[in-house]
Amino acid sequence: MQEALNIKDHNGLFELERYKESQEAKKAFEKWPTEDEIEKVRAYTCSDEYKEKNFGRTALTINPAKACQPLGAIFAAAGFDGCLPYVHGSQGCTAYFRSHFNRHFKEPFAAVSDSMTEDAAVFGGHKNMIAGLKNAYALYKPKMIAVSSTCMAEVIGDDLNAFIKNAKKAESVPADFPVPFAHTPSFVGSHVTGYDNMLKGILFQLTQGVEKAPADNGKVNIIPGFDGFAVGNIQEIKRILKLMGVDSIVLADNSDVLDTPLDGTYKMYAGGTTIEEVKAAKNARATFALLPDSVEKATKTLIKDEWAQQFFASIPLGLAGTDAWLMKLSEVTGKEIPAELERERGKALDAMTDSNYYLHGKRFAIFGDPSYAEALTDFYMELGAEPVHIVVTNGSKKWAKAFNKKLSESSFGKGGKVHQGADLWHLRSLMISEPVDFLVGSTHGKQIAKELDVPLIRIGFPIFDRHHLHRYPTFGYRGIINILTWTVNAILDDLDRKATFNNDFVR
Amino acid sequence: MPALSKQEKQELISEVLAAYPEEARAEREKHLYVNDPEMESTTKCLTANRKSQPGVMTARGCAYAGSKGVVWGPVKDMVHISHGPVGCGQYSWGTRRNYSTGSTGIDNFVVMQVTSDFQERDIVFGGDKKLEQMIREIKEIFPLAKGITIQSECPIGLIGDDIEAVAKRMSAELNMPIVPVRCEGFRGVSQSLGHHLANDTVRDHVLGTAEPADSTDYDVAIIGDYNIGGDAWASRIILEEMGLRVIAQWSGDGTLNEMQTTHKAKLNLVHCYRSMNYIARHMEEKYGIPWLEYNFFGPTKIEESVRAIAAKFDKKVQDKAEEVIASHKGRMQAVLDKYRPRLEGKKVMLYVGGLRPRHVIGAYEDLGMEIIGTGYEFGHNDDYDRTLKEAGDATLIYDDVTAYELEAFAENMRPDVIGAGVKEKYVFQKMGIPFRQMHSWDYSGPYHGYDGFEIFARDMDMAVNAPAYKLMKAPWKNA
Repeated sequence: MQEALNIKDHNGLFELERYKESQEAKKAFEKWPTEDEIEKVRAYTCSDEYKEKNFGRTALTINPAKACQPLGAIFAAAGFDGCLPYVHGSQGCTAYFRSHFNRHFKEPFAAVSDSMTEDAAVFGGHKNMIAGLKNAYALYKPKMIAVSSTCMAEVIGDDLNAFIKNAKKAESVPADFPVPFAHTPSFVGSHVTGYDNMLKGILFQLTQGVEKAPADNGKVNIIPGFDGFAVGNIQEIKRILKLMGVDSIVLADNSDVLDTPLDGTYKMYAGGTTIEEVKAAKNARATFALLPDSVEKATKTLIKDEWAQQFFASIPLGLAGTDAWLMKLSEVTGKEIPAELERERGKALDAMTDSNYYLHGKRFAIFGDPSYAEALTDFYMELGAEPVHIVVTNGSKKWAKAFNKKLSESSFGKGGKVHQGADLWHLRSLMISEPVDFLVGSTHGKQIAKELDVPLIRIGFPIFDRHHLHRYPTFGYRGIINILTWTVNAILDDLDRKATFNNDFVR
Repeated sequence: MPALSKQEKQELISEVLAAYPEEARAEREKHLYVNDPEMESTTKCLTANRKSQPGVMTARGCAYAGSKGVVWGPVKDMVHISHGPVGCGQYSWGTRRNYSTGSTGIDNFVVMQVTSDFQERDIVFGGDKKLEQMIREIKEIFPLAKGITIQSECPIGLIGDDIEAVAKRMSAELNMPIVPVRCEGFRGVSQSLGHHLANDTVRDHVLGTAEPADSTDYDVAIIGDYNIGGDAWASRIILEEMGLRVIAQWSGDGTLNEMQTTHKAKLNLVHCYRSMNYIARHMEEKYGIPWLEYNFFGPTKIEESVRAIAAKFDKKVQDKAEEVIASHKGRMQAVLDKYRPRLEGKKVMLYVGGLRPRHVIGAYEDLGMEIIGTGYEFGHNDDYDRTLKEAGDATLIYDDVTAYELEAFAENMRPDVIGAGVKEKYVFQKMGIPFRQMHSWDYSGPYHGYDGFEIFARDMDMAVNAPAYKLMKAPWKNA
């Protein structure tokens, strides 16, 4: 009779003595440094001298908090009804983008590449576009194909507009079939730039020939932006708009396709903004962009100039952020903020006071995209917490300057500094020289959090190592309760874990 | 659902291909066939390692993924620069699970995204100066780094940068190996060329450049095990139990020194043939080191492999090999006793990279499961030849299968579990088909070795017998 099976996987197996011995013996073949050498270097990397060297880097980027344009482009494209995201260039990029979204949302993510190889590098990707649109159209029967580009296609200077026109001439797709496009070079900006460019491309193309009406249609447009919490947030914003009685159009609504039920069928296209809705969006009363960094240039210009619409870019996150957003919405639409939302506001505030004592005066570091980093910092300051290090790899110097000024004027924020263009290896040095109580950011922060024994509050993108967070909103008053719950409970878990005599049942 | 006959599978292929435009259909026809173990070779029924058709949704990656992601990335005491724009390094950062010991950022650089983050000016003026400066900074920031590799992203080969010259210059200046790899993503048709290019750079810059402290008659190297979830460790321990000395792991939990000194191995043990046969052949030619393909998935294949490996050594090793096999028998039987009744007769479809589509078949068969379809993302004809005998009669074989085809095949054949990658995972789960990721072991593992098989069996049971799939239909919808 065998012992009862006690199967150990990687989490316990390699703690067994026989594995430890095997790994220890392997060191001889590795020519591994001695413990002394390692400890010396570890201490050195924690010194002020090292920090100075680290901040002296001019060419080397280590663990940046940003991705590249086409990732954002296909995220925007996935928000349209029947739209197949199509990436013109090398195929590996598309495999990477898809798996990146798969790992974050734990959902399928459809996108095609036109698989350019060495011959295309020499002759251009013209043939690939003609064959690619033809094959994609035949197999996946989309209502629209949104084309973005990889850096390969951009370096060789492929002309998407001309290629698509020629593909239509070659009858790859019908002449009236919508194929919006955007050039999305990965050596310019970041994933939020790609979202901006692709969204503009789609909105521009689909509203060609739509007359600007003399009077608006009373609707408001909502642009969610590149948001890892898109599923929870878009659903929440729609709920709020319904409570307000506001008729709205979400531009790039990927909240359904990234949240489909398990019912025995796979639906490659599920929900999303329809072409008709995009057409109506041109004559809406106003557009509200929820993440300013995702609409910074292309989309903003299109809506303000070509659509001649009121355009507001502000993030409905935190109490003041949500208040301001609702008031602006109310002002633009003439709809009153209903009692129910006021009740929700009161509940959020109630939760904030319940948790106040564990957050007031706590020092934190944060990294991520500029809009999120700023809005979250503002919210944590509403809780009395104090930002210390704010690391944003993308974003602009101008934005950082304005944000730094805002911090300096706040009694909670005056000790905080925005490090625009910095990366997470800088953040490590910062958190060693000036420690914090908690860190806010994506999964990529887990190494620093573990090394420095600081709780990581996972708000950002990508989040690969925790489940379902994207289903919860971070926006609105309900979002406040979510962020608060994650934060205070992480701090309490940390407190309990480190407690020696204090085993309080009540916190 | 009754299994489809050979004829029915052939018809299924035609049916599925009917959706394609003519040109793409003509090409795709050459990548799909129904297996006949009597065939001598696949050359007549299959063309592999060919360009993917544009727009069809291939699962394939690129040469950079093959070099940085697979071969070089796991070498833990070297810093691997993702040279070019930020994306490639970002997406391949810490997602492959090639485990290693050490402290990240101090003596181990595997789970780090080190990039030149190309901007427009780098494209216009070239990136060589930046690269040079980066390499100096790496030396300062990571004093324990033993070497550096330069993993080229697409723009490098298009803008005329001379990374070889930079590497040579800086290698002399800093007195450490600096390896330029021309693995731009547009080269070749898949990850496969990246493996080959990476192997060639190991050959040219690393192999044979250091001597081991000592040598024995029992020195072997593990070639082509990336230590996913600890696979190489679970394999190494078996070889050690046999009385062999594993002097190098290529490249999971590997180090520069191990790669440098492998030319002193007495036998190279090749697990992933696809990604590392090149270096094994080179070592055979140049150093006369024989190599042997082995398979450590499932007790049947492990036993065969342990005996085959032992046969290359003396009686002492052969006796120990028998002891090893005997010592694990009871435990393996207990695993089979528990899981085989729960998995017997279950049908499996696979779609993996360059080795596992054939190598894991034995492990499934140990559990009484049947493979009804399998295929490679980036296999070559020699991989399919090696699959002929492993796969059963009438198994559907698909090369570089498109999302469209794989969904249609699964819909028609309704397997009990599918093993493929993360891009496929959620598609099939929505269809109500249990799924295991067979690249990353779905965040589990190891699956290699005796210890790995226990986990494999447990995980397959977890997938196939997950209660959730039986709750798919709302009770009020039942007739």
